[in-house]
Amino acid sequence: MNFLYAAYTATWVIHITYLAILVRRYKRLQSEIEELKKSKG
Amino acid sequence: MRRAFPIFALLTAILLSYALYEALVAAPTEQTMGNVQRIFYYHVPSAWTTFLLFTVNLVASLWYLISRSSKADAIAIVTAEVGVVFCTVVLVTGPLWARPVWGIWWTWDVRLTSTLVLWLIYISYLMLRRFSTSGQTPVLAAALAIFGALDIPLVYFSIWIFRTQHPQPVIGGGGSIDSRMWHVLLINWLAFLCFAALICWSRYRLEILQRELEETQALESLLEPRSSR
Repeated sequence: MNFLYAAYTATWVIHITYLAILVRRYKRLQSEIEELKKSKG
Repeated sequence: MRRAFPIFALLTAILLSYALYEALVAAPTEQTMGNVQRIFYYHVPSAWTTFLLFTVNLVASLWYLISRSSKADAIAIVTAEVGVVFCTVVLVTGPLWARPVWGIWWTWDVRLTSTLVLWLIYISYLMLRRFSTSGQTPVLAAALAIFGALDIPLVYFSIWIFRTQHPQPVIGGGGSIDSRMWHVLLINWLAFLCFAALICWSRYRLEILQRELEETQALESLLEPRSSR
């Protein structure tokens, strides 16, 4: 059973880590867009 | 399209929860392997999703080489990245299943080795996209993707061509599977397909936004010297 739970947990850890990376990239992009808007006035 | 995204995300979450329940509770227990066989419901759908994503990457790369379409290039990078995530799941869940069943974590047999090679090819594809500053990067990446895709049939058919430790394929192979297990397997694959589509959708929007920002920044930097004069 330990191997079963380890496999299922590992799957979701991989997917959630990737989703977190996407969210971080999106936030960074949003702040860059905001900066660009401010610099344009 | 933007309104459809949260609805699709909610439906995918419900489907994934139902698929998890089916895999852990409703599916019958396999006689020889016991409960550890349930790894099958995550391992196999992840592998099929990987093959599908890398095939879409191949089509998008060919489309890019023919048309030089920016949309095709964006689809190629998105499917390669999400495909690598699913391939990582396959490479992690495989040894976790092999250890209690075969007594070993890994063996250099053709199926396992060709899957690792597939993962390494697409990791190199992503590294090329990330670190190369050449204007020819999308063309080089598309060419690499075509060679990378040649490994997909090798991975799938390796267990027919060579004698391997890995079990026979579920579709078209010599192995048989209980109809209830089939049902659970297909539900899990559908759930992971929806999840992959959802991630690809988000990643595609991010890629388009990134490209638009880069274009705007490039235009700004071109205009800046004139305005400062």
